[in-house]
Amino acid sequence: MTPEQALLETQTAVEMITVVIDGFEVTVPKGTLVIRAAEKLGIQIPRFCDHPLLEPAGACRQCLVDIEINGRAFPKPQASCTIPVENNMIVKTQLTSPVAEKAQAGIMEFLLINHPLDCPVCDKGGECPLQNQAMSNGRPESRFEGVKRTFEKPVAISSQVLLDRERCVLCARCTRFSEQIAGDPFITLNERGALQQVGIYEEDPFESYYSGNTVQICPVGALTGTSYRFRARPFDLVSVDSACEHCASGCAMRTDIRRGKTLRRLAGDDASVNEEWNCDKGRWAFKYLTSRERVTSPMIRGEDGELHEASWPEAIAFAAKGLKGKRAGVLVGGRATVEDAYGYSKFARVALGTNDIDFRARPYSEEETAFLSSVALGLKTTYKDIDKADQVVLLGFEPEEESPIVFLRIYKQFRKRALTVISDAPVASRGSVKLNAKSISDIKTISGLTAKSVILVGERLAEKAGALSSAVDLAEKSGAKLAWIPRRAGERGALAAGAIATLLPGGRPVSEASARVDVAAAWSVDSLPTNPGRSTTEILHALTVKNLDAVVVGGVDPLDISNSALSQLLNSFVVSLEITHSSVTAVADVVLPVAAVIEKSGSFQDWQGSTRTFDKAITDSLSRSDVRILSMIADEMGTPINLPTVAATAREIAALGNWDGKKIAFEKTSEAKPVIAEGKLHLTSWRLLLDLGTLQDGEANLAGTARKASARISKSRAEKLGVNEGEFLSISSDLGSLKLPVEISEMADDQIWVPRNSIDSQVIANLGFVSGQVTVVKA
Amino acid sequence: MDNSLTPRSNDLGLTAAAKANTPIKSQEAKSFGKQLQGFWVTFITIFKKVNTVQYPEVKEPTAERFHGRHQLNRYDDGLEKCIGCELCAWACPADAILVEGETNTEDERYSPGERYGKVYQINYLRCVFCGLCIEACPTRALTMTNEYELADESRAKLIFEKEDLLAPLKSGMLQPPHPMVPGTTHIDYYRGDIKGGSNG
Repeated sequence: MTPEQALLETQTAVEMITVVIDGFEVTVPKGTLVIRAAEKLGIQIPRFCDHPLLEPAGACRQCLVDIEINGRAFPKPQASCTIPVENNMIVKTQLTSPVAEKAQAGIMEFLLINHPLDCPVCDKGGECPLQNQAMSNGRPESRFEGVKRTFEKPVAISSQVLLDRERCVLCARCTRFSEQIAGDPFITLNERGALQQVGIYEEDPFESYYSGNTVQICPVGALTGTSYRFRARPFDLVSVDSACEHCASGCAMRTDIRRGKTLRRLAGDDASVNEEWNCDKGRWAFKYLTSRERVTSPMIRGEDGELHEASWPEAIAFAAKGLKGKRAGVLVGGRATVEDAYGYSKFARVALGTNDIDFRARPYSEEETAFLSSVALGLKTTYKDIDKADQVVLLGFEPEEESPIVFLRIYKQFRKRALTVISDAPVASRGSVKLNAKSISDIKTISGLTAKSVILVGERLAEKAGALSSAVDLAEKSGAKLAWIPRRAGERGALAAGAIATLLPGGRPVSEASARVDVAAAWSVDSLPTNPGRSTTEILHALTVKNLDAVVVGGVDPLDISNSALSQLLNSFVVSLEITHSSVTAVADVVLPVAAVIEKSGSFQDWQGSTRTFDKAITDSLSRSDVRILSMIADEMGTPINLPTVAATAREIAALGNWDGKKIAFEKTSEAKPVIAEGKLHLTSWRLLLDLGTLQDGEANLAGTARKASARISKSRAEKLGVNEGEFLSISSDLGSLKLPVEISEMADDQIWVPRNSIDSQVIANLGFVSGQVTVVKA
Repeated sequence: MDNSLTPRSNDLGLTAAAKANTPIKSQEAKSFGKQLQGFWVTFITIFKKVNTVQYPEVKEPTAERFHGRHQLNRYDDGLEKCIGCELCAWACPADAILVEGETNTEDERYSPGERYGKVYQINYLRCVFCGLCIEACPTRALTMTNEYELADESRAKLIFEKEDLLAPLKSGMLQPPHPMVPGTTHIDYYRGDIKGGSNG
């Protein structure tokens, strides 16, 4: 279908209606609300409860207007946020109708009767719709002389959201958001009349992953975020549009900076991605930068075995000397921007002359390498496909935990038209429960998919042998759309930038001579390395057996890979590019401080493959992006990569473009069911959205809403083990053990599930693997 | 055009003929009486009371409402009136005020209510003493004293911190942090019902 045809179709499909508002005609699609039609004319009707993404409520009554249809006027003013336009409708707003104006002023007066004079201490002051509209549509002075209703203030409805009931105008935006958008109806309006108030259920605290949005959409200061409380006024803040660095959803964000420090982050506006929402991690997890000790100057490990501060030229020269002519590998990590990942990729190929580079700091498989090299970059599935999908299949992927905005999109369709959701998870997560997901244990048993179906594959599918192959098979056979959704923000971009052994930038296969020539010409080098490169664990292994001498590590937590990864770095030359002091800087020979997201410009690629660029928020920062530092090292080594700035890198990436030649065929692997020995259970795990992740450091309020770790087993298994709900289990492997309370769930008898990286449940550190056989006994 | 002053540049543009036609009037000749008037004023002033003050040996009080250095006031029990709302900073036309708020806790209370000003700076290199900040203050925490001796040898010293601006502790006042008077709320403070003394 051409765009013209599509336009024609939408035009014929939607009936247009013309209404007269304040004497001006406006034509809008049928079903448009009067308040929205007025907006189109630039007429602003005051409102509190109305929100374009929530269902109309007509709760605050502030938007009253005079309406007349076919010459018959409504006897009283009507709420323009609940009435759709009709033919022959004549609307008179406060601008032309004295009745509407008086009605609005009256409502404003009612709302202000019990509203406390908190403006000087209220966080909303200065950006408050109630303040603004009381100025524009209210009385200059109050006539109320009685005693205002008071409530205890503030009430913490979760560790990160505070409720001040006195300030509430009962617009029900927060309760509607929680119910309609997030599917977490943990807050509700209690009581009636003057005592009506927002409240939480006693047994269910407001532990929604999306609770921050209620703070953002609250039209008064009734809901405020604990971490931003009393911190600043809007006029203090410099707002910068940015992109979220936490997951691959790709949210547009707004970062508010005061004197070189991030004070808060808000969801940005992008209808095609996050609409106007984001998750609590994106909103509140930004203190990782200040909570740990920042690396402020380059450091070199001296003769005495200690790290000493050094000047930049010294450190660069030291790093270059340690890498030049040595066999070295590169571990990029999944958090790099596209430009930085490209820098690592070019640095490995040009300066180190190797294909030993990998961005995966997590469990993976050979099968995944093949999948990423051949299939992943060609996937064109987008959020729109989810909107139109007839079925959504989740494989090795928990949208609410691993890509929360994807979850919101699925939930939106689920709520609208009961979208069928199928999940291969061994146990239903809360997200799966909310989506009423149908559980399947074998991908091969999925049937009935059509070309409109969407298969969302997570990075964890790589942990099941042959599962990725089955997913590709399923997509090929049914024609369903396939998407690969990694958990980290940088992975898709790193793949596209060639930060993996098998691919050069733009998806060019290393094995293709023409692709190598292509890139070598663009990079002005004679040739590129041809030998097959190593992946993450292979690089680490090669370091221990001295097949490699040196390694460049950029923002990797070794514990995400394996519990021996850190010790594998010990005896080689380690160049660490880091923001803060970490376990890697402790073993590094050279530590080079790099800029964090707020201090640099760059871009991420979300799971759709679209670029989410962001600008420097702290413009006077002296910290440099990884790519700049790599470029300096390469210069010093005498093998320049010529990437002096992020902008230059972005230009080079754009000029290089994507590979349009022959692709590697995906070699499928046959599925192998894990064998479970007698008396053992098969453990699976995934990360919860809020856990011990490094980027969530230093935000205790956020951590307060993290879900508690528990081991989930079936009812009959619990009976066999003789444990009741809440009693402790000891889960052990050859390498270690965990102790967790039991949560009885509906699942197979030989399965056990634990969170991957939560408090008391750090699976890689404690058990040595993320899925495998464990011995489970009552603790 | 006769007596009006013409710009010099225009003089240069005049032709010789035009110059010849321009009437030149001797103002001095006609103003002798006016000169006498001027000297008379000088002469009379000799016999008037001298206004010169031998500052700094002698200091005279300023007008009662003179806009001098600011002061952050306290309630009678010593708690600070400032709630850190930043309205003063907002009102300031010279961007001379910087405030950062913070939450009062039960263990560490500086002001009645939930919020207090943790950081309070006034930059007297910028301040124009207009008093808009005083008008903006919702709790009368910020007022101006009559103190005008605000000179110093470095720029840094002219940025006054909260401790420089806070009113001195009078008798019966206790240095915060300390709790509110038992049985009272911030409302009682705002209404001015707290009179002297503190529970300590």
